Amino acid sequence: MSAVLDQHGHAGDHAHDDHHPHGWRRWLFATNHKDIGTLYLLFSLTMLMIGGILALGIRAELFQPGLQVVNPELFNQLTTMHGLIMVFGAIMPAFVGFANWMVPLQIGAADMAFARMNNFSFWLLIPAALMLVGSFFMPGGAPAAGWTLYAPLTLQMGPSMDAGIFAMHIMGASSIMGSINIIVTILNMRAPGMTLMKMPLFCWTWLITAYLLIAVMPVLAGAITMTLTDRHFGTHFFNPAGGGDPVMYQHIFWFFGHPEVYIMILPAFGIVSAIIPAFARKPLFGYTSMVYATSSIAILSFIVWAHHMFTTGMPVTGQLFFMYATMLIAIPTGVKVFNWIATMWKGSMTFETPMLFAVGFIFVFTMGGFTGLILAVAPVDIQLQDTYYVVAHFHYVLVAGSLYAMFAGYYYWSPKWTGVMYSETRGKIHFWGSLIFFNVTFFPMHFLGLAGMPRRYADYPMQFADFNMLASIGAFGFGLMQVYFIVFIVIPAMMGKGEKATQKPWEGAEGLEWEVPSPAPFHTFETPPKLNATATKIVG
Amino acid sequence: MMNSIDALRRRALRAGLALSMLAATPLTWAVNDLPGGPAVNQLDLHPAVTSIAAEQQWLHWFMLIICTVIFIAVFGVMFYSVFKHRKSKGAKPANFHESTTVEIVWTIVPFLIVIAMALPATKVVVAMKDTTNADLTIKATGYQWKWGYDYLKGEGEGIAFLSTLDNTHRLASDSGKPAPMDDYLLKVDNPLVVPVDKKVRIITTANDVIHAWMVPSLGVKQDAIPGFVRDTWFRAQKTGDYYGQCAELCGKEHAYMPIHVKVLSQEDYAAWVADKQKALAAKAEDPSKVWALPELLAKGEQVYAANCAACHQANGKGMGPIKPLDASAVVLDADKAKQIAILLNGAANGAMPAWKQLSDTDIAAVITYTKNSWSNTTGQIVQPADIVAARQ
Repeated sequence: MSAVLDQHGHAGDHAHDDHHPHGWRRWLFATNHKDIGTLYLLFSLTMLMIGGILALGIRAELFQPGLQVVNPELFNQLTTMHGLIMVFGAIMPAFVGFANWMVPLQIGAADMAFARMNNFSFWLLIPAALMLVGSFFMPGGAPAAGWTLYAPLTLQMGPSMDAGIFAMHIMGASSIMGSINIIVTILNMRAPGMTLMKMPLFCWTWLITAYLLIAVMPVLAGAITMTLTDRHFGTHFFNPAGGGDPVMYQHIFWFFGHPEVYIMILPAFGIVSAIIPAFARKPLFGYTSMVYATSSIAILSFIVWAHHMFTTGMPVTGQLFFMYATMLIAIPTGVKVFNWIATMWKGSMTFETPMLFAVGFIFVFTMGGFTGLILAVAPVDIQLQDTYYVVAHFHYVLVAGSLYAMFAGYYYWSPKWTGVMYSETRGKIHFWGSLIFFNVTFFPMHFLGLAGMPRRYADYPMQFADFNMLASIGAFGFGLMQVYFIVFIVIPAMMGKGEKATQKPWEGAEGLEWEVPSPAPFHTFETPPKLNATATKIVG
Repeated sequence: MMNSIDALRRRALRAGLALSMLAATPLTWAVNDLPGGPAVNQLDLHPAVTSIAAEQQWLHWFMLIICTVIFIAVFGVMFYSVFKHRKSKGAKPANFHESTTVEIVWTIVPFLIVIAMALPATKVVVAMKDTTNADLTIKATGYQWKWGYDYLKGEGEGIAFLSTLDNTHRLASDSGKPAPMDDYLLKVDNPLVVPVDKKVRIITTANDVIHAWMVPSLGVKQDAIPGFVRDTWFRAQKTGDYYGQCAELCGKEHAYMPIHVKVLSQEDYAAWVADKQKALAAKAEDPSKVWALPELLAKGEQVYAANCAACHQANGKGMGPIKPLDASAVVLDADKAKQIAILLNGAANGAMPAWKQLSDTDIAAVITYTKNSWSNTTGQIVQPADIVAARQ
């Protein structure tokens, strides 16, 4: 961000590396991993705000029984687009942004392996996002079949469904290119001495995530392409009227969808694994088991998909298999949580904002993990499937999980990106506000789900009114906290306001990113650095 | 173990209830618990009325208690560390970073716990999926947006009817200010009636998109998939009214297709069956009857309110992508066949569903009604015989 904006003012400071284009060309033709990382992060922050506004539309409607704000058709559009935008527009690109910034810095590489492909994978997102968001203005409004796009409801959608499908194809292509880039960078461009088992966990989790992405994005592309040909070219893959099978769509979708869930959480594990040791001033406990646990989660993610489909009417053996496999995931996930706590144990901890978000992550994410375990039990899932319990569960893992880890990562690395420190008071306000409002919003949803309130409902029986009102109040509070984050933390940092950051602002932080100045110069590690034995410092 | 879990559960609920009442007092709507449906600020699953629902509830508490204990233990350790091992308290960092023994222990122990959780669950899965030897088999068909019930086998065989949300509730929802009602959005015109203590097998399917037939008190949720049949079962142990709602997104009116199961004693059920069969015989309409315009209009208005008004609106103006019928070219067209074809086959890729499941008389009446209501004054009459002809 202002890492480089700065250079307009102090052109002489980094004369040796100032060969890049200026103005809009610098961003449109960007090939520098830091610039592209910045673009990704700003893009996903924008999408987070758009998706958040849609969520507030949903919560405004659900504030009271009866329809006051939107009609049921628009309500379904809001839930669908909130899901699609948050998953494909906010969380996934944000992690790619983190990877772009941090992977080359952490492994001592000069840049990403394929700089121009990197540019292309970012700029593909813009038309895709415009098409996705623009679908609200198409005849019949935005897609309203839920973010899972279940057939045959998708066959009833208007032309915006095609726009949505096309947008997802493009985003998928972007993700695959981004993943190839990350894999090739990590496998080929590590500085001498940076062996795989010395690599920071953020790189490890991203390496595994990138393989997951390459494996499953084409599966999604297949599912939505079949939907497209069913809609327009007379095929009947999922249309029962022609002998197709709507449940087959769900199998294909969730074969993508479940690994997708881990795509959205594994890099978060990586960020937290960097931050906990830094603020405990103690090395990460069980590095090797962390790598193995991450790999096991990735492998298991391919054999659990049908736990999303217990109510479709699977045979006994199907329900049992998917129940057992899903419950197994609790084990490697548990290992990770234990490792983080063991890292904190007998450390010398301080609680700056990155650490607060990381500890908050462990605490609240684990609640989402436990509700996941409860949902894995097929007979219990029969009661809870498609109720607000599920909504609570996945917001505990995606908001308190992925989003909190990204906030932690932002506070941890933004001094390196921008060259200025955030205000600790503001960071703490952001953390506590977010934590409290998050729980006010989503905790009552567990009760709504247990009481049987189905999700994706524009209106509900009046017995559910109080908890819905509470959730809506929390949601608006949570939304405001994120506006606060942008206005009082991100924008000042981008304008270079704040205390100047030192090269290593965190006493206990380790890794090559802290071996370069803050803000990180435009080019880093142009010649491969010589590393010490643990590959955390540059020697000579 | 079951007893102690139950006791814990009651205690937890009482504490939770007191808390929620405290928190919610200022917001309370003038609404009461709906027996068999949701209670005000309900915290737990519905009171079980079938053995499966009881097992599900037991499993849920069993899981919740184990998870809570682990959660408290693990985070007890973490928060102890958070408060003790602080730099501000002079904590010096230790330097350990692995211990094979500890790591093996905390992999094996969760594994054993997970197995302990899976065992009782397995038993319930097997029981839940056993739909054999049913006393009564009923097909539940999901339509956009209502349920159709066909009694296929057992006492009451041959009974068939549609079950739709009471339209006043739908209008109350639209008004934005529904008056307090205990059964808001749960009241239907024709509940599904079943006998107590009999194994009822529900076969689900759908006419258009996927729906899901859910009744929490009975421990049942089963997707209804177009083109396919699936089944589930329940044996209600208590008479009463039990409520549920569609649980799979099925389009615009997803929130407005509730399920109401009325469980009657064996005698009451037999009486209901006799009544119903008599009524059905009496109602069997003669499709060759020639109707007069006012009769058809009166009938058509009812059919319209029950089936069409949700989308096309009571004033016939439609909404958003829903086409208006008022002043519609198709409705006004002198060629009646056009509108009949749309009703029988649907249009716009199913956005306008096919209505061929309605009787000839109902279809004739509702077409006649639309051709002669609002600003439409064609004077055309469509007779049931026209529908019979069009169906061929």
